[in-house]
Amino acid sequence: MRIAFTSVGTNWDAQIDPRFGRTAFLVLFNEETAQLEAVDNSGVQADAHGAGTAMAQRIYELHPDVLITGNGPGDTASKALKNLHMRIYVEAHNMSLKEAYEKYKKQELTAL
Amino acid sequence: MTNSGIFKLAIASGKGGTGKTLLSTNLADYLARKQAVLLADLDVEEPNDALFFHAENKVITPQYKMIPDWQSDRCTLCGDCTRQCKFHAVIRLGEFITVFNELCHSCYACSDLCPEQALPMKPYRMGETRHQILNGLQLIESRLDVGQEQAVPLIHATQKYICELESKPAIQILDCPPGTSCPVVAAVDGADLVLLVTEPTPFGLNDLKLAVETMRQIDKAFAVVINRQGMGDDAVENWCKSENITVAARIPYDRQLAEQYAAAKLAWCDNTALEEALEELALFIQQKQVQYA
Repeated sequence: MRIAFTSVGTNWDAQIDPRFGRTAFLVLFNEETAQLEAVDNSGVQADAHGAGTAMAQRIYELHPDVLITGNGPGDTASKALKNLHMRIYVEAHNMSLKEAYEKYKKQELTAL
Repeated sequence: MTNSGIFKLAIASGKGGTGKTLLSTNLADYLARKQAVLLADLDVEEPNDALFFHAENKVITPQYKMIPDWQSDRCTLCGDCTRQCKFHAVIRLGEFITVFNELCHSCYACSDLCPEQALPMKPYRMGETRHQILNGLQLIESRLDVGQEQAVPLIHATQKYICELESKPAIQILDCPPGTSCPVVAAVDGADLVLLVTEPTPFGLNDLKLAVETMRQIDKAFAVVINRQGMGDDAVENWCKSENITVAARIPYDRQLAEQYAAAKLAWCDNTALEEALEELALFIQQKQVQYA
């Protein structure tokens, strides 16, 4: 399983970023290799519009199995993600990545 | 003047609810007694000028914006289009190129730069323009369809519609959206003079300053109209004086006027103070017309 988190930082102690399109980083955890990899999303600050669809395209390219985030993608991005059949969990803000991952394992996160 | 003797007067404001529509409708009706007038409601998200007039012959023209239409058979999925789009309205999702109509600004970049011509532009309905003809007054109103997010393309389409009219009244009043963002900038584009309507309150002053800053940045001639004069304080009046801004008219604060407006009535013929303000404004506009001619 590959799990993506919207995150304000690049390691397990970083907080979940509640934003989808405008998240600071997208952090990917590969359960098979136990590798943690961070994708910088700071370029989005230059974009006045379309942050959600740009992130949807990125996620399509990275193709994680699960996304853990805060507020969740907006309507337009949700439409874009529909065909991806990725499981999305929301309301994980105010948690570190580690806490969010533990809650995910215990199936305590809110599914979208 | 912008073209062949036509004077375009935009009625705008920083703050909403200061009296743009009150002024636009009453001024248009007042001026139409003596000359042909065009009144265009460019507040396309919520037009309401037509509520004050009762016209019978209404011509409705659907308005379209151009949107790229993905041709899967020609596409090689190179992704150039997604990199060209500044608004991320064109994205690649796996083996599909998806276009989000509501984000598209109809700039043609993806379409023109596609090496395979796989994104031809096609029309997509965004709203409509309603054209009514009354005695001496042509009333044009554009309205976005429900769910459409972008006012600017419809404002541009309405301006084009007005430019292409066969008979063009020499005075055109453009009722603009409030604020200082793109729709306002689009709506005042081409205007010879902008009247910024405000009220004598701290809110009115704050938003007037923003509107003035906008007009200065885009180099538009403007003057101020103070509505609800008598309520609030003198800060707007004093600030205009200190900035050397002309206050072209003042409409007194009057409960009866608000009641007539709320009942969708053109109040100027029963309201001496409003009639006087319009008279003053008509003279001011006449001077400006001469000045710009």
